[in-house]
Amino acid sequence: MKYILMMQYPAAGGDVPSMDQWPQAAVQAHMEHLRLFREEFTTSGEMIVTHALAGPDDARFVRARQGAAPEVTDGPFPETKEFLAGYVIVDVDTAERAYYAASRWSEGPGPDGAPLNLPVEVRRIMWASGEDM
Amino acid sequence: MTVASAALDRQTTDLLRELAPRVLSAVVRRYRDFAAGEDAVQEALLAAARQWPQTGLPANPGGWLAQVASRRMTDQIRREIARRRREAVAMEGDVQVVSPSDDLDALAGRDDTLNLLFMCCHPALTSSSAIALTLRAVGGLTTAEIASAFLVPEATMAQRISRAKQSIRASGAPFEAPDATERGERLRSVLHVLYLIFNEGYAASAGPVLQRADLAIEAIRLARAVRALLPDDGEVAGLLALMLLTDARRSARTGPDGELISLAEQDRGLWDATAIAEGVALVETSLARGAVGPYQLQAAIAAVHDEAARAEDTDWLQILALYGLLERMADNPMVRLNHAVALAMAQGPRAGLERLAELKGDKRLAGHHRLAAVRAHLLEMAGDRDEAIGAYRTASALTASAPEQRYLLARAARLAGT
Repeated sequence: MKYILMMQYPAAGGDVPSMDQWPQAAVQAHMEHLRLFREEFTTSGEMIVTHALAGPDDARFVRARQGAAPEVTDGPFPETKEFLAGYVIVDVDTAERAYYAASRWSEGPGPDGAPLNLPVEVRRIMWASGEDM
Repeated sequence: MTVASAALDRQTTDLLRELAPRVLSAVVRRYRDFAAGEDAVQEALLAAARQWPQTGLPANPGGWLAQVASRRMTDQIRREIARRRREAVAMEGDVQVVSPSDDLDALAGRDDTLNLLFMCCHPALTSSSAIALTLRAVGGLTTAEIASAFLVPEATMAQRISRAKQSIRASGAPFEAPDATERGERLRSVLHVLYLIFNEGYAASAGPVLQRADLAIEAIRLARAVRALLPDDGEVAGLLALMLLTDARRSARTGPDGELISLAEQDRGLWDATAIAEGVALVETSLARGAVGPYQLQAAIAAVHDEAARAEDTDWLQILALYGLLERMADNPMVRLNHAVALAMAQGPRAGLERLAELKGDKRLAGHHRLAAVRAHLLEMAGDRDEAIGAYRTASALTASAPEQRYLLARAARLAGT
């Protein structure tokens, strides 16, 4: 079963300063944690893909419009409390394995070296097959 | 590395897949290294796939593969010895350089396919690892084919297979038949892995077919191989029968747009009569022997469905009795659900709904789309239109299968329009 894990990061002014405000050693520790996390699920043969996303300042919202060019607006919206920091897609035998992967990711250390424990949304990916109903 | 499978005709592909486990057994017996031997055989299969279309089939295809695999093993051992010399590592174990010789030719003498299966379906492995390793080592499929069948990147599948081999190595499992006490348990794991491979392929036939290796056909082929080795085992016969009787309905179970068609609404003229006849015969012979197990019972249920010329001719009383036996034998939530359906068909929807209410407490079914879907069907049968629509919608929100979701929403829409 394939799952997508999506990490939510507090927007500016939230509980966690953005990474460019962290001490260098804390950034390194976080990157090392990510490396170990990726390695654990790559060597197990469960990792499909993982990507970090560029910051939200660069985000755009696009909406098609009837009879006009699509509307492209800057994001995020002022009321946005958190944004998608990155995602991981794994292929696992059980839901528990997906939750475990999410918890390992969530444990990444923050600016003071303590685990950030950021929320990770875990969603099943739809598949294109089915059984007799 | 991928094989240009298109360049190989079906016959050659089948031959390679049939020879793969035999060549691998010979190599493992000789070099006593399953992991490396498996890689070597895989390379030999790829070499054959590249060369045979140009050179034609060798006189002794099995011998040819064994020679190539053996040469790969020898090269690897030489490299290993050289590396250890360079690194001044103490020699451990008896590394021998054996030149390929004719004794590898004695492939036909023994069939170790079963031992290979025992190894690939080792209890130390997760089911997805066992599936991948079985398809490669015993099925002779390439990593690329397996990856595409499971819709994962080739690198992920390669890693899964390599991890599986490490686990087997770490478990210290010898390449020999498990003893009598362990054998039954180990055979159950083998059958379960083949069943999972079949299910993956059967369910997938509903989706858009994306160059998938045909896993259902592959599973049937492997089950036939096991049956040839264990002709007196009822559960082996039962599993093969279950696959044949289920796969017989394949072309009827999806419509032109890949939409699922329920068993009751399938065009039974599209069912494969030859497969049904073979499946039914297998069920009858194995049931007559006694020692009935869960695969035989599931096959017997599939046989009752397949023997009904029209859905309304289905002998639900017999199916109900079979589910009663099956439920006593295996505590499986899906069996309990299907039992409720059989009850509804035999004694009316209210009886089925009462049984479903009893299943509400089963944690394994809590929030499962199939429970909601069955409930919706029974409510529809009972004429509780609004409740049925709600249950269909609930089920559609819980499933991760796109065709099932479309099916459930279509049922809800059809009811809402009445």
